[in-house]
Amino acid sequence: MAAPDRTLIKPGEVQPCQSKVLPPLINLKPVNFFFDVNRAMSIWPVTFGLACCAIEMMSVSMARFDIARFGAEVFRPSVRQADLMMVTGTVSKKMGPSVTRLYEQMPAPKYVMAVGNCAISGGPFKFEDQYGIVEGVDQLVPVDVYVPGCPPRPEAILEGVFAIQEIIAGFRFWPRAEEIKS
Amino acid sequence: MDLSLVTFAQILVAVLAIIGLMVANAVVMVYVERKAAGFIQRRPGPYEVGPWGTIQAICDSMKLLAKQIFVPANVDWVLFFLAPVLAFFPVLLLFLPIPFGPYLTGLAVPDGIVLILAFAGFGVLSNLFAGWASNNKYGLLGAARAVSQSVAYEIPLILALLAIIFQTGSLSLTEIVEAQGSYPWQWNILVQPLAFFIYLVSLVGETNRAPFDLPEAESELTAGFHTEYSGMGFALFFLSEYANMLLVSFVCATFFLGGYKGPFLDGIWWTFIKAYLIMFFIVWIRWTFPRVRFDQLLNINWKWLLPLGLINLWITAIIVKLLP
Repeated sequence: MAAPDRTLIKPGEVQPCQSKVLPPLINLKPVNFFFDVNRAMSIWPVTFGLACCAIEMMSVSMARFDIARFGAEVFRPSVRQADLMMVTGTVSKKMGPSVTRLYEQMPAPKYVMAVGNCAISGGPFKFEDQYGIVEGVDQLVPVDVYVPGCPPRPEAILEGVFAIQEIIAGFRFWPRAEEIKS
Repeated sequence: MDLSLVTFAQILVAVLAIIGLMVANAVVMVYVERKAAGFIQRRPGPYEVGPWGTIQAICDSMKLLAKQIFVPANVDWVLFFLAPVLAFFPVLLLFLPIPFGPYLTGLAVPDGIVLILAFAGFGVLSNLFAGWASNNKYGLLGAARAVSQSVAYEIPLILALLAIIFQTGSLSLTEIVEAQGSYPWQWNILVQPLAFFIYLVSLVGETNRAPFDLPEAESELTAGFHTEYSGMGFALFFLSEYANMLLVSFVCATFFLGGYKGPFLDGIWWTFIKAYLIMFFIVWIRWTFPRVRFDQLLNINWKWLLPLGLINLWITAIIVKLLP
């Protein structure tokens, strides 16, 4: 029942995830398109925050920005029922194995969004002789969308969700900011 | 009762109609719940998927259908796959004796409420199987909580219903409705207000809904007994949760709110209006009250609801005996 003992991680060492997503067994284009549109319309994120960007993730689900408008407000505490992992904030080397483990526990159509400069590249923690921070979560798990900012605005996180939807379905659902005439 | 071909056909049609009702109810209630949550928290809720977000629930179910089914290591295979099915199928049976309209009952058995209360135990069993089989400490803790909570809350629920049964002198749901009148002041809610209150509290505890959703308390046990279920397993648990909500709402409408009887014209619409008002009440308190602690939950039950239910039953018995 308890987790098996992991091999001791040496200082300065980063272990990337081992699993990979296999292509679908039956590849029928209209069926795939139908399910992909449905997947894009109901992205359930994991309730998972690491640092100050998680505050922006909470803010995006609250009244002012309301991610629920796009059907993505169901924050599932169990990764088995989630589709999207938002890595919000600084990933320390001690937290790295947990991030990898959460990613590997998600069932197949799964997506990762790196929110904030720390998760993208280490951000302000990237300097010489730095020993505790993973410089970019893409060293651990494959990342689909990078949302820059320190921390990013909630609008930017919403835009990141739209980019995930575009990756899933193959086209963009909502008009871009420059296409809207006020 | 003889099981003739006509009865068999009647039960078959009723079961098919009930499956349709359960699925439609889940689709509608997921949307209503998320929208109501949005309005209560001053945000629009699902808005962009379909007009006003109306096809949001269908998109969710299609996504869950196409999600990978994940089986963790060292699970008990039989119980792991039996649990969601066992959560879903017994609920079909529970809808059979409910009088939806004056002539619309799936199976008019004379002891309908006994059938409902007896088979409602399968829901608890499925939660226990799910938590036990998934080989997960959170699942096991959630299952233990689900069992202790459901078993505890069944007792005041039955006591509240027994008061009405004493008063009517019948176990048949149709006769209980017939004993009430068409207007609100002739309903059982005014004769037995304490029983109604006890039933309303135990109903929330029995269906594991917030503020009594301890079996799946997110902050303590990631998702409780369905932690390890992905895709359709999780969807079946959700479907059966909404079906159970609908069932207790129908029983509440039948026992306390006059069932299919209502002002102007009796009929199936009154049953549905009353049941869905209670459903909305359950959703409303879910998004209004914080979750109680587990000892508080059991204290409410054993120290308040159970003595009140017994006193209520005792007074009812005396009055029924003295005023024939």
